[in-house]
Order: sequence, then C-alpha cells, then structure tokens
Amino acid sequence: MMRTSMLSATVAAKSMGRTLSLLACAGLAFTLPSVGMASEGGALQQAHIDVTNTASLQRGARNFVNYCMGCHSARYVRYNRLGADLGLSEAQVIENLMFTGERPYDTMKIAMRADDAKRWFGTTPPDLSLIARARGANYLYSFLKSFYIDPSRPTGVNNLVMPSTAMPHVLWELQGYQKAVYEGESDAEHSAVHKTFKEFELAEKGKMNPAEYDQFVRDTVNFLAYVGEPMQIQRRNLGMRVLAFLFVFFLFAYFLKKEYWKDVN
Amino acid sequence: MSADAEQIDASRRHFLLVATTVTGIAGAALTAVPFLASWKPSARAQALGAPVDADISKLEMGAILKVNWRGQAIYIVRRTPEMLATLKSPEVTGNLRDPESKEDQQPKYAQNENRSLKPEVLVLIGVCTHLGCAPMNRFQPQDPELGASWPGGFYCPCHGSKFDLAGRVFKDVPAPLNLKVPPYRFITDGVIQIGADAEAA
Amino acid sequence: MSSTVQGSARPTARPSRLVVLQGWIDARFPMTRLFKEHASEYYAPKNFNFWYYFGALSLVVLVLQIVTGIFLTMNYKPSAADAFASVEYIMRDVEWGWLIRYMHSTGASAFFIVVYLHMFRGLMYGSHKTPRELVWIFGMLIYLCLMAEAFFGYLLPWGNMSYWGAQVIVSLFGAIPGVGESLVEWIRGDYYISDITLNRFFALHVVALPIALIFLVIAHILALHEVGSNNPDGVEIKKVKGPDGHPVDGIPFHPYYTVKDLVGFIVFAAIFSCVVFFAPEMGGYFLEHANFEAADPLRTPEHIAPVWYFTPFYAILRAVPNKLLGVALMGAAVLLLFFVPWLDRSKVKSIRYRGWLYRSFLFAFAISFVGLGYLGMQPVSTAFTYAARIFGAIYFAFFILMPWYTKADQTRPVPDRVTYDAH
Repeated sequence: MMRTSMLSATVAAKSMGRTLSLLACAGLAFTLPSVGMASEGGALQQAHIDVTNTASLQRGARNFVNYCMGCHSARYVRYNRLGADLGLSEAQVIENLMFTGERPYDTMKIAMRADDAKRWFGTTPPDLSLIARARGANYLYSFLKSFYIDPSRPTGVNNLVMPSTAMPHVLWELQGYQKAVYEGESDAEHSAVHKTFKEFELAEKGKMNPAEYDQFVRDTVNFLAYVGEPMQIQRRNLGMRVLAFLFVFFLFAYFLKKEYWKDVN
Repeated sequence: MSADAEQIDASRRHFLLVATTVTGIAGAALTAVPFLASWKPSARAQALGAPVDADISKLEMGAILKVNWRGQAIYIVRRTPEMLATLKSPEVTGNLRDPESKEDQQPKYAQNENRSLKPEVLVLIGVCTHLGCAPMNRFQPQDPELGASWPGGFYCPCHGSKFDLAGRVFKDVPAPLNLKVPPYRFITDGVIQIGADAEAA
Repeated sequence: MSSTVQGSARPTARPSRLVVLQGWIDARFPMTRLFKEHASEYYAPKNFNFWYYFGALSLVVLVLQIVTGIFLTMNYKPSAADAFASVEYIMRDVEWGWLIRYMHSTGASAFFIVVYLHMFRGLMYGSHKTPRELVWIFGMLIYLCLMAEAFFGYLLPWGNMSYWGAQVIVSLFGAIPGVGESLVEWIRGDYYISDITLNRFFALHVVALPIALIFLVIAHILALHEVGSNNPDGVEIKKVKGPDGHPVDGIPFHPYYTVKDLVGFIVFAAIFSCVVFFAPEMGGYFLEHANFEAADPLRTPEHIAPVWYFTPFYAILRAVPNKLLGVALMGAAVLLLFFVPWLDRSKVKSIRYRGWLYRSFLFAFAISFVGLGYLGMQPVSTAFTYAARIFGAIYFAFFILMPWYTKADQTRPVPDRVTYDAH
C-alpha cells in the first residue's frame, strides 16, 4: 500500500493529465449515466464500495457463504483464490467459508440443481460471480435494501428495485420487514399507477438495527464487487508502474526525436 | 557549427539512442512476460492436478490398486512379507541397474531399500522409464513367461523392460531408470494422498 | 587525416561478420533493398503533423490484436456451452489472462478510434485524390474487413449482448426481398444464433479475416509507397527534387519518422494503459454490462445497441421507417466512402487551400458522424429519430453534393513547397 501511494504521488500529475486528456477526448458520450442501471423505483442508492477494505471483504465473504450460497453459486470463484486475496489462511477458509466438503482449489458451486430451483422459484437463482459487473454495485446495494411487504406476491415480499422478483427476503431475520409508504395514498382505491414511492418504514424489527444492516449489505456488495473482478487491485497497481515506465521511456524517446529532427529544416 | 558543438551533438545523440533502445528492449521484455507466463499451468490445471486421496483400507495383501493423478496411472501395492523378502535377495539386487536408488527417481523418504514410506505399501508411477508404456504387474515368482528366476515384479509389454517389487529396473532391459515414486503421504493408515510430500521426519 | 607516409599502408579492414551475413542474405533475399525502399530511402514529406500518427498506430494496434488474439485463442473454447465460462477462465485462472483479455477488448475500440482519425486525416488533406485512389480503396476494404472482424469477434464471448446483437444484425439481411430469409439461415447455419454460428464466426474472426487484413494492409502500404505519401499541404513533394535526386521537401522515413512515431506510440501506449489498467469497461462502452451475463435466448437485454463504433450506421438504420430501405441506406453510408476519390472534383488536395464550402461540409459531416454515433446508443424516441434524420441527411449530403461543392469551391493557390516549422 505504501509503495503504491508513493508511486502514485510521483505519477499523479502525469496520469491525471493523461486521464483528463482521455476524458476530454471522449466527449459527450461519457457523461451519460450507465444505460440500463436505473429502475422504476427511482434513483439507486450509492453503495460507496471499497474493495481495498479487506476486513469488509472478509465479512462480506462470510455473509455471502452463510446467506446467499443456499441458492446462489459463484461458479467462477475458487476458495483458495478467495483466501489469498482476502488474507485468510487455508485453515481459516475451510473453517469459515467451506461447509460441504469441497477442497480449497474447488470453485464455489452449490448443491441445488437448476431445474429444481426453476420449479421452486419459477426461475433459477443466477450465479453471482459477475453480478456486480452486470448490474453494478449500486443496484445490488439498493436491491438488498428495498424488500418490502407485499401480500400479493407468493413470497410475501416485493422489491422496489426489481419489481416482482422471485427472490424471497432472505435477510428478513437481520433487517426485519419494511413497508412501502407512498405519496398521496388513500385507504382504498388508489391504483398503483398513481402512487409515487416516498420511503420505507420498518414494520417488523430484525436482529440488526438499520445502521448494522446497512453495513451488512455494504460488506456483502463489496464482496460481490471483488468477486466480479478479483484482480482489480493488482490491475491498478500494475497500471501505476506501467505509466511510470512509459513516462521514462517517453522522455528518452522525445529527446531522441528532438535531437534527430535538428537535421530537418 | 563548430566541431565542438558537433561533438556534443554526436555524443548526445548516441546517449539518447542507447538510452531509448535499452528502455525499449526492457519494455519489450516486460511486455513479453505476461504472454509467456500465461503458458504456466492455470489455476484450473493446478486444481485438476491437485493431490488425490486413495483409500487402501480394503486393499488385500499382494493386490494392486490403480488411481489417476495428473493424468498418470499410480500403482499402489500392498506387499506381502514374501514380496518384501525378494527385495533383499542377492539374485535380485545383483541384477539391478540401480539397486540403491541413487538416481533421482523418488522423494527422499522413498530412497531406501523398499522405496517407500512404509515397507508394505508400495506407491509407484506406472509409466515405464523407457518410452512410457504402462507396465503390467507380474507379482507371481517363477512366472511361466518370464522364467524360473523371476522374483515377481513389473513387466512392460512394449519392449520387455522388467522391474522388481520395488519398481527397480533390471539390467539388460531397454528401460534406463527405476520406476518413479510420486510424492505421497499417509493421511491415515488407510488413506494415502498422492501428490503431496510426507512431512520431513 | 589520410596517411601519406610511405611504407605504413594500413591493412585492409576485414568486413565484420554482420556485414558478411548481410551480404549472404542480400544475395538470396531482397532484405537491404526492401529496407531502403520502404524505410531508410523512402522519402516522406517533412511536414507531417499530429494527424499523421494514426496510420502507424493502426498498424501497431493490428499487431497488438493479432498477438493478444493468438494468446486468447489458446484458452478460449468456441462452443455455446463453454465460451462464456472460458472467458472467465482466462480472466481468473490463466496467469495474466485478464491482462491479455483487456488488451484485446480495449484494442478493438482503440482500432476504430485510430482508424476513424486516420480516415478523417485523409478527407482533410485529400489523401484520396489522384494518384492515391488505390491507397484509399485498399483502405476502405480494410475498413470493411475491420467491421466484419469486430462483428464476428463480438459474438465470441457469448454474453447476452453478444447473442442479441448478432441476432439483430444478422436478421437485418432478412430484409432483402426474396433471398432474405434463406440468406439469414445460411449465415447462421442454423434456425437461430447457435453453437454452429458461434463456431463459424470463430473461424472467420481468428483465421479468415486476419489473413485478409494482413494482405490488405500490405497492399495499402505498397500502393502508398508506389506514389509517395501526401502531406498536410497537399503538395506533391516529388515535383521539386534536389541535386541528389530526392525531393527537397522529403526526409527519409528512417530514422526521422521511425523516431517520431516511437514518441507517438509511447503516448498512445500511455492512454491505452490508462484504459486497460484503470477503466477497461470504459463505463460500459468498451465492455458492455449486459455482456457479463451469459447468452439467454429467452431474455433480451433492456437496451440492445451495437458497440459504439457501429452506432453511427445503426442510427441511420433506425432513422428510416422502412426496414429494407434502412438496411440499404446503412449499407450506402459505408459504400459511398469508396467513391470519394471520384466524387471529389477539386483541383486542390488539402483543406488548407480549399474554400469555405468544403470546410463547412467536412465539419458538418464530422459533427453528424459523431451525432449519429451518440444517437445510435440511445433508446428510440421521436426527438432522437428526428435528430438522426437530420444528421443522416447531412451525412449523405457530404457525399452526394460533393461533385458540386468541390467544383464550386473558391480555392487558394497551392504552393510548390510545403510549409514547415522546425520542431
């Protein structure tokens, strides 16, 4: 970490300049919000993930294995890779993250069969290895915080971010149950079209208070963001070094060019 | 331009050319590293090549069990006392190319008379050291095909190489070396793990 | 310096081993001759500016794509069952696989950025005009092959956008009356985009088109070297030669432009590295979010759009209410470029000496191209369709009206010599 920050100090100006020029060249298009990320329920909440926060990733890994892996696999993630990246020993990984006799070099597969899942839920719970890259961390964070009571649904809950989701509120024990409060709502006949969502109200308390639950979700989403691209930290570190090298190379090449071009009048 | 300025120019030009070339070559070499490294066994290859457990609790005396490790046949034999006795006999050791296993064909803990951790359990890689065929087990002494003096061992059908009951190669056969012993260790008395080394004693 | 002292004749120096080797090769293969003809004695105009980096950079990116592509092919599996997983295998399990993948995906976008700028340079300085028509034609053929290469390559990750993008584009051919449906089935090799389609697109992307591209690039450069390079002033440097027989405004490509292009390459590498190492997805424009989900024939992504470098033409397609006409106009938008050397009637090559008509049309064309590109990425709306029609009209007007406005333009007299500021 220290080396990175020292290196980044020395190349900050150059990489800033390069990044800025890159953004400048990009023009209009890059000011657009990411397509397909917004949802009916309004703007997504900011997850503010930080994949360099190893403690958060460890908690997220534990959360994922305990609450999500009943239905969701992470078939491209290997346990031993997880251990190495999260600073866990093989013994710690086996004790805390592996419950069904897999080996550390195995991938995070689950026992539930796709056709069984389809029968029970109507749809197969997707593999979550790449979900953070496909939907975005803000979406996942908002999704996990947006379950609310809806008696019309088979699971008894609905989700503001993904309406009519087949997923039950797996984390109900921790969050409790929320109710959706709408603006301009009257007792009886207002149709759904005319209601605008105002806020959530906690109808039933869970084991965690809102701040704790928020941290729980944040850790889990952080973990999913890491899982989507495990090498992202190495990627950035190497990038710094590459830019530093190119800077030196640039200086030599530039002055070499100037030197030769003195011949040209 | 004075000759002096030309001199500076030439040496400056030379310095810059050398500096740029050296940096360029270094850059090219560094760029080549990821491509060449990508040829190393991937995490999946390492997973597939991970140590394999073999349950020998039901292996009978004198019987052989074959398991697959890293695409190779692994022979596990529960040797009888008679089989172990042949390993010491001078008729056998006198006819071996490398009776003391001096060649690097086994881990340190198998560099002994029995070429194994425990005398009664033999673990070998079933690949003939001649050209790679799978040797067949011929544990019966005085085998009709192999002659009255055959002590029992392994016989490779491809070119007739012969190995004793510790996998040591006989003289006057095409194979040059003893059969390899893979790294292995005992998890319990009844389970061997092939592919991981036994802890140093 | 020469020695005139008697009896102390210096022994004749033996040629070095390297020189002997060079002679041996040259007697059997035109190594030195080719190097001289195309590098150390290829006289290029001395006034090349910023816009002249992009040809060399295109070649660099081609080599980059081929090398990274080869290494990806070592681990990629071209079957519907395994393709998506094999890409993640490369990203996670193969050592440095992620870097090779990101270089290839960024390289694809970089290729189009560099090629579009390279083509724009041509339009600005009249590099398409006589005697460089064939350079332009080969260039246009390269552009067509590049678009096909990118299209075939995009199916290979077998993500959801790969699948649906291919579905939409291939079904466009169905608009052709009579043969349309059979043609679509023939292209797919199946009744839907399937494993069969994937495998053949793989063969085209990895073998057929790279070979075609390499041949076309060689032809492109040979055609260029045959007549000599153009320059920002549009002056033919071969017209004024010095006592040594070389153009006075020319300098040998090697070492002057090798050394200059090296600097250009390093700057490009830095920008390229910024993307690869810090923003490989580029907000979803270089690696689209929907493509991180495997192909699902039952679920279309919320918003299908081709990758950014195809969107200008996609916008034209969508702006036309009739499917067949839309396909035809989209095709015409690309094919019209082939005819530019003959549509352009100006006596003058470079924009520097052309009048305000050409400058305005070229400027409007560039704005329209970018505008269409932006619109092609957006979901359909009446306002956007209206805007696309306007931009589309300007785009076509650039070509259709060219014979008139290039002739009618008030040009300035072109000098005999290039304008050059030492730098």
